[in-house]
Formats: sequence, structure tokens, C-alpha cells
Amino acid sequence: MKRKLISALLCAAMATTLLAGCGGKTTDTNKANNASSNNEAKDGGDVLNIYVWNTEWQERVVAYYPNYEKVDDTTGKIGDVTVNWVITANQDNAYQNKLDEALDNQATAKDDDKVDIFLIEADYALKYVDTPDALPLSELGLDDSVFANQYQYTKDVVTDSNGQLKGASWQGCPGALIYNREIAKKVLGTDDPAKVQEAVSDWDKYAETAAKMQAAGYFMTAGATDSYRVFSNNVSSKWVVDGKINIDPNIKKWVDMTKEQADKKQINSASSYNLWQEDWKKGFFTDTANVFCYFGPAWFIDFSMSCDQDGSVGSAGGWAVTQGPQGFFWGGTWICAANGTDNKDLVADIIKTMTTDPTVLSKIVEEKSDFVNDQTIMEKYAKDEKFGNKYLGGQNPYGIFASGVSSVSLANQSAYDQGCNEEFQNAMTDYFAGKATYEEALQTFYNKITAKYPDIKAE
Amino acid sequence: MKKKKSSNVVKYNRWGYIFLIPFFVTFIVFQLIPLFGTFWNSFFENYRSGRQQIGPNFIGIENFKTIITSGLIWKYARNTLIMWVLGFVPQIFFSLLLGAWFSDKRLSIKASGFFKTVIYLPNLIMASAFAMLFFTLFSEGGPVNSILVNLHILKEPFAFLNDIAATRGLVGLMNFVMWFGNTTLLLLAGMLGIDPSLYEAAEVDGATSTQKFFRITLPILKPILVYVVITSLIGGLQMFDVPSVLTNGKGNPMETSMTLIMYLNNHLYSKNFGLAGTVSVLLFLITGILSFIVFKVSNEKNVK
Amino acid sequence: MKNNTTSKGLGIHTRRAIAYIILILLSFFCLIWFFILFINATRANSELGTGFTIVPGTYLLKNWETMIHRPIPIVRGMFNSLFVATMSAILCTYFSSMTAYAIHAYEFKARKAVFTLILMIMTIPTQVSALGFIQLIGNIGLRDSHWALILPSIAAPVTFFYMKQYMDSTLPLSLIEAARIDGAGEFKIFNTMVVPLMKPAIAVQAIFCFVGSWNNFFVPTLVLDTETKKTLPILIAELRNTDWATFDMGAVYMSIAFSIFPVIIVYLILSKHIVGGMTLGGVKG
Repeated sequence: MKRKLISALLCAAMATTLLAGCGGKTTDTNKANNASSNNEAKDGGDVLNIYVWNTEWQERVVAYYPNYEKVDDTTGKIGDVTVNWVITANQDNAYQNKLDEALDNQATAKDDDKVDIFLIEADYALKYVDTPDALPLSELGLDDSVFANQYQYTKDVVTDSNGQLKGASWQGCPGALIYNREIAKKVLGTDDPAKVQEAVSDWDKYAETAAKMQAAGYFMTAGATDSYRVFSNNVSSKWVVDGKINIDPNIKKWVDMTKEQADKKQINSASSYNLWQEDWKKGFFTDTANVFCYFGPAWFIDFSMSCDQDGSVGSAGGWAVTQGPQGFFWGGTWICAANGTDNKDLVADIIKTMTTDPTVLSKIVEEKSDFVNDQTIMEKYAKDEKFGNKYLGGQNPYGIFASGVSSVSLANQSAYDQGCNEEFQNAMTDYFAGKATYEEALQTFYNKITAKYPDIKAE
Repeated sequence: MKKKKSSNVVKYNRWGYIFLIPFFVTFIVFQLIPLFGTFWNSFFENYRSGRQQIGPNFIGIENFKTIITSGLIWKYARNTLIMWVLGFVPQIFFSLLLGAWFSDKRLSIKASGFFKTVIYLPNLIMASAFAMLFFTLFSEGGPVNSILVNLHILKEPFAFLNDIAATRGLVGLMNFVMWFGNTTLLLLAGMLGIDPSLYEAAEVDGATSTQKFFRITLPILKPILVYVVITSLIGGLQMFDVPSVLTNGKGNPMETSMTLIMYLNNHLYSKNFGLAGTVSVLLFLITGILSFIVFKVSNEKNVK
Repeated sequence: MKNNTTSKGLGIHTRRAIAYIILILLSFFCLIWFFILFINATRANSELGTGFTIVPGTYLLKNWETMIHRPIPIVRGMFNSLFVATMSAILCTYFSSMTAYAIHAYEFKARKAVFTLILMIMTIPTQVSALGFIQLIGNIGLRDSHWALILPSIAAPVTFFYMKQYMDSTLPLSLIEAARIDGAGEFKIFNTMVVPLMKPAIAVQAIFCFVGSWNNFFVPTLVLDTETKKTLPILIAELRNTDWATFDMGAVYMSIAFSIFPVIIVYLILSKHIVGGMTLGGVKG
């Protein structure tokens, strides 16, 4: 008897864990595709569920979306509709896992539990854009002309393989080279952005300047991965070609350049060649300023360089911005409408208002210092001397930020970018540190990638 | 209608089973079923590619072939064992030494209560917080480098976490600091249980402390030592918090501080349930085999 | 006697000196980290870059403020950890006593086999069944719930083993027999007589269960994903890979200190019981 009971229990266990855990999902996704048509008839659900990984956009909506009433940190009201913010931190992919789970259940979920809006980042945008999970904005009644003023790269990020636009962003994150004025004066004899630009206008000049910096006792950059995005935004092929990992020539160029600079000690090795380390940030503070430049967009200056702290280079207006060798962008958040949403009209209005309304966007520039996603508005502010940035010694950076990004092409995005970019930089730091040969570091990269994406092969 | 005593006992003894129910229900629900579920998963291709779910498709032992031919699991097993040994050897050495001193009545260590309190303290510290602390302390611009340079022990800051030996050494050091107090107290309990007359007899025969330790203490302590080695080994194979937080889950440099559980964790996070199941099964086998070997080896010596 | 030791080994005074030196060195190694942590938690982000000093800074309160206003909800995490650890400790000690009592007090057939089985369970690493565990709790609706971390502590073989040892030495069967003659039911005997008798053992094990749950990292990261439900160890690990936010090292040290020092203070208050309990419950040869 007992043995029978136990074996019955075990069978049941296996069946439930396996079937319910995984088997159910394939059918769910199929249903999800049909679901949108069923739900189209009904509109104006009571609850608007918004999936996000931090509160950045939430703050913008609370402050600038008309009629938004804040109830508490994760709920609000727009008219009769309750807005429910589902916030999952991005650590260890937790946000995407949570979102995936919700989207898997989208078809069977009650209307009030369905995802209505979700936010994504550029590195994994295609994962959601190239699937039925995100609705084409045209289906919401927003055709391309609505977004005519937005920067092209922000639209490329969320355009699927059929050319349909499936999301929009209120911000642009074009980057630039941010340099320490004091060090520029000492080593290059000038801190005038136009003149400094001549010293970093391409990668050869950049290397020459790095050598000068070293001779004067400064590091060119605070870490090896600072310049990574500048190269990875300008690649000519995808990370994965025919199911195999592909190292683009421009990525290899980054490796070679960085290795040379690391060997010559032109890069601060103390940060273990990584961003955000304690040693990496030393360049932010006057007493420990040892770094000529950082690469970053507008938010980087305002939020990441400790400019609001006493004793920082920024608080003394010690930074300036110039274009640098190549254009790039860093960061940004895109808003997508979830397939199956029961609040299409509201979703459409939120996306339209928050990403295209000139009054809202102007306010965001003025009050939050975001670089907003509207070329006309940014051109206006670029000419306005009132918007000189005090951290940049009064320089107005908007024009410089805008000029670089037009050259960025995102034709070579792939759904694997997030993992590949992360793991590649991580693996290469061992090569830069002299702990591994390039081949060994590459092997580590392959190990990590094939573990992360079982469907791609190393070679 | 008086019951016989024997039936009375039987009636009571049924309560034995009843009192076992919470334990076994919990065990079956939260451990046994998941264990079989995990094993079951290892025979299926089951992962996500972007937003697509692949499988589950039954593929027999294909997953085992994939894991074993890639060879990574042996590399990580080796890392795990190396880091365990780095922590365990000093741990057992100092624990025996301290245990012997604390239990030595002639040595009569003063303030032994204070010392016991202090050495046991790190055992209670959250491993993730401790690892985070070590990460900040041993960063190149961190306090440890700053102190060593000021004392002229180092000429320039040393990148501990870029160095294979130093990273593994730090993991070993943390495990040592966290566990030697615990082991000391365990062994001390055993040593205090040894009949003092044995030592007195040895002293009459003119034995030194060293001789007493090796001839009397160690042989009697053997069962506890075996227990300590096995539990520490099992704990060592489960090593995760410390290297994971210290290296941000990467096992840097060059995956040399990547442990078996970190490998498992990577598969769990990327939702590759097939390979995660396979790694679990192999881990289960490795743990079983190693525990068995330790047990056998120590028993054999007993026979001699 | 004295001559004997000096001729064959080191003198007692030398040995004692060596013992003290090593003990002091080891104590130093146990404490230095917490000292540095304390100092750094009192210093400002900009000061920390300039090297270590022995004198505490003046930024303690400021770092506290920064920590509280960071997006990572450390204080909330503390309460989550307290809840999970307290509940686990209660369930773990109560039910482990019950399991131990079942083996101790009743002579049923499978008794020996059950005892061995539980000891064998002790050697299975929890991580091995983690995959099945997360699938299971997903199916029974405990995903992202604190109960998924609390309920499994009912089956704790190590605590069971300790309780069994303790009962062997302190709970004579005649006592139970006497209570039965007074007509008490089995459950009542256990709750009103056995549990109070087990108090010292329960206290010691409650502390260990609490600490074990408090420090647990692997399983909670798999179970919890809502920011406001996360326990302290997860939040501390998040500090390690915070990517976007400005990295204020003063606040980082403060967060670590916040998760470590309360445990140290409680430990110092209870240290007699904890250290005593360790020695008392040691596996006797």
C-alpha cells in the first residue's frame, strides 16, 4: 500500500512540475496571438498595468501626464482607470523574466491583470519588438507621421523586421566625450571644445592624445569598457550570423586598441577595467582627478558623475563636452503597447503625449534636464544660452549631443545583443589585465554565451 | 472493557507516525517532489530562445552528453574543490589547535569565553554581506590596499580580484574566517568529553602535549572529525554566496572562481531547465560519491 | 612533572605565550573587517577615495539618509528578513521537536529506518532540488511569496538531530508515562510538557534557524522578484551589480553595516547561550 502511495505521489509530482511548469506555455503563446482580435471589441478596461524596472518613467508620467493622480508609490488614477505600476528591478534579468511570465499568461489573464504597457531597453528590444508581444503603433491609430520629429535611431531600435514601428521613447541618449577642462588645459593647452575635438576626432588622434595624457601622468579613460559602446554602435555585422557567434571587425578593433592602451597603462587598471567601480569614479572628484575623459550621454553628466556632491569636478564646473571620434548612444527607455491590452485608447494617448507633445517634452527638458526625443525642441534648446550646464562650466551640450547620433546605424541589432555585449566586455577584461590570451578570453566568452543562449553555437 | 497493556502501547505508538506527518509532508512536498522534478527535467530539451519556448521535448541523455563533452562542469568542480581546500585546511588546523588549547586544563587559557565569542562571530554574518564587504575592502583603491601601501608592504595597489590566486585565496580566507570558530567549538565539545584520566595516565608515563594530542585526542575525536569533513565538504560543494557576490556572478578572472552552484544558477536564470536539471543530477552524484569516499577512507583507517 | 615537560617539549609558559599570540592574531583577523566597515560607514563618498584612516568620519547620519533614499529598499528588506527568519525559526523548532519526539517516545516499527532516512536527507544539498522547487512553488501559487521560504523549514533534519540528542539526555520516558496515567492526550503531553522541557534546546536552535534563514541567499533570489518583498541578502547582492544609479560608497558601506551590525549586537547579548549551545549540541563521539 505504502509503496503504491509513494509512487503515485511521485508520478503526480513529476507530471505537475513538468507539464504545468512548461507544457502549458506553448499553448498559451498560441492563444495570445488570437487573443488580441477577441479583445479588440472591448475597450476601456478598469486597470492599466504598466511593467517597468525602475521609477524613472513613472516619475515623468506622474509629473506630466494630464489627469494623473498619484495614489501611492505603485498606484495612480487617470479618470476612472486605476494605474498599477509593476516594478521589478533589472538585476539578473529579473525584469524580463517577470515580464515574460506575464506576457505568456496574457491570453488567459483576467482583463484587469493583463499587461497594457511595458518598457524595454535597446539591448534586448528586438526580443519583444520582433514578436507579437508588442503592438504596432499604427494599430493604436498612431502612424509614423506622429513621430516625425523623433531621432531616427530611437525609431530604429523599435522597428521590427517588417518595418513596423512598435514603440517610442521620450528621451534621446546620444553620447559624447566628456573631458576634464583642467587636464585638457594642462596637457593640450586648451579647454575649448572645438580645439579639443581636433585631438580626439578619430581613433588615431585619440590614441596620440592618450599617449600625451600618459606622459603628463593622467589616464585617458577610467576603465577599458568606457569606449565599448562607441565601437559597438558602429558595427557592420550582427553578433549572431547563421546561428553562430560573429565578432565584428569594429569590435575587434576595440579589443586591439584597448589592449594596447591597457598595456601602456593609458587606462586606469585599478577599476579592474570595469565601469562603476570605486576606482573608476575617482576621476569625478577634484582631489583624485586622474582621468581625461569619460564617454556618456546627458543623463550621465546629471546623474552619474556625482556632480551634485561637494568636492566633485562637476560641482566646480570642471567638465566640458565634445563629439569624440564616433557617434554613439547609451541607455534610453522605450514604451511599448502590449498585445492584448484592454485600454488601447488610453495607451495610445499616453504614448503620444509622453513622447511627442511639445509642451510636455519642453517641460521635461527644463525641469528634469532630460535630452528629449524631439529634434526641433532640442535644436531650440541647443541655441538657448540659458541652458548652459553649470557642471560643464556653462557650456550648452545639446548641440554636440545631437550632432553625433545621426551617424549611428542600428541595422545590425540582434536579439542576442544584451548577452553578447555584457559577456564580451567581461571576458575581455581578463585579456586586458594580462590574465589571459585573446583566444582564452574568447573561449570564456563562448562558454558564457552558449550557456546563456542554447540555440547558438560558438563556431 | 479494559484494554491490555500491549494494545495500549500499540495505540500510543501510532502517535509516532502522526507526529512524523508534518516533517514528511513538508519533506515530500518541498524536497522530494522537487528533487524528482529536477531529475525528470534533465531528460528534456527545455529552454527559452528570446520570447520563444523550446520544448519540453524528450531527448534522453542528450543533455548529459552536452554537459560532459563541454567539460566545463569538471573545470568548475575543480575550482570549487580548490577553494574549499584553501579554506578547509587552515580551518581544521586552527580548530584542532584551538580546541586542544581550550580543553587543556594545565594551559588554562584566560578569557577563553571572550576568544570563543570572537572566533564564532563571523559564522553568523550574512555571507553575501561579508563577500560584498570583502569586495569593497580589497578593491584596488580600497582600504586594504591603502593600508598595505601606507605600511610599505606593497609598492603600488594590487588588483586582488584580477588575480587568480588572490581571488581564490580571498574566497578561501572568507570561508576560513567564517567557519573555523564553528569547527573549533564542535571539536572542543568532543575534546571536553574525553575522560581526563586518560591524559593523567599518559602524563604519568611522561608524554608531551604533542604526544597526548596525537595518541589520545585525535583517535578519540575521529568520528567527529569525519562528521566535520563530510559536512564541510558538502557545504563546500554548495559554495555559492561568497564567490558569486565577490565576482558579481561572473567567476572572474577567467571563470577560475566559478563554482558548480554558480554554473547551476546561470542555467536557472537563463531558464534553461533541461541543462539546469542535468547539472543538478551531476551535482547530486558528485556530492554522493565524494561523501562516500571520505566516509570509506576514514573507516578503512579505523580497521587498521 | 614540570621537569618532564620542559625536557621533552616546550615549557608551559612558552606554550601559553604562543597560544595567546595566535589567539589574539586570529581574533584580530575575525574583527578587523568589521572595524574597517564601521569606519568607512562613517565617511563621505569623496573621502573614501583618498585612502583609509583609523579615525571615524562625520558622515554616519548622512550616509544613513542616502541609504534610505536610494531606490534599493534596505529597511523594508530588514523587515522582510525579520518576518521570514522569525517564522522559520518558530516552525522549524516546534516541528523538529515534534519529529524528534516521535522517534524518541514511540516504539513503532519503522522507527530505526525513519531515523536513518532523516540523517541521509541531511546530506542532500538543497540546491540540487532548486529547479523542481521553483517549478513547484510556481504551480501551487507560492511564487514571489515569503511562505515559500518559511514552510520548508518545517522539515529541518539538522535541528531534528539536535533535538533528538537533547531528548535522549533530558527527557525520561517515565515522565511521559506518568502524564498518560493522569489521562493527558498525546498532543497535550507534547505541547504542555515536552515543549516547555525542551526550552533550552529550542532557544539555541531557534537562534541557529533564525540566523540560517536570515543569511539565506540562494533560494530567496530564485523565489522573490518583487522589490518590496526581497530579503536583505538579495538587496546586498544587488549593491554589487547596481549599474545605473550613482554609486555612493558611503551608502554602500552603510547598507552592509546595517545588515551586519544588528546581528552582531544580538549575538553579543546572547553569546553565552549560543557558544554554550554549540558545545552542548556537538555530535558526541
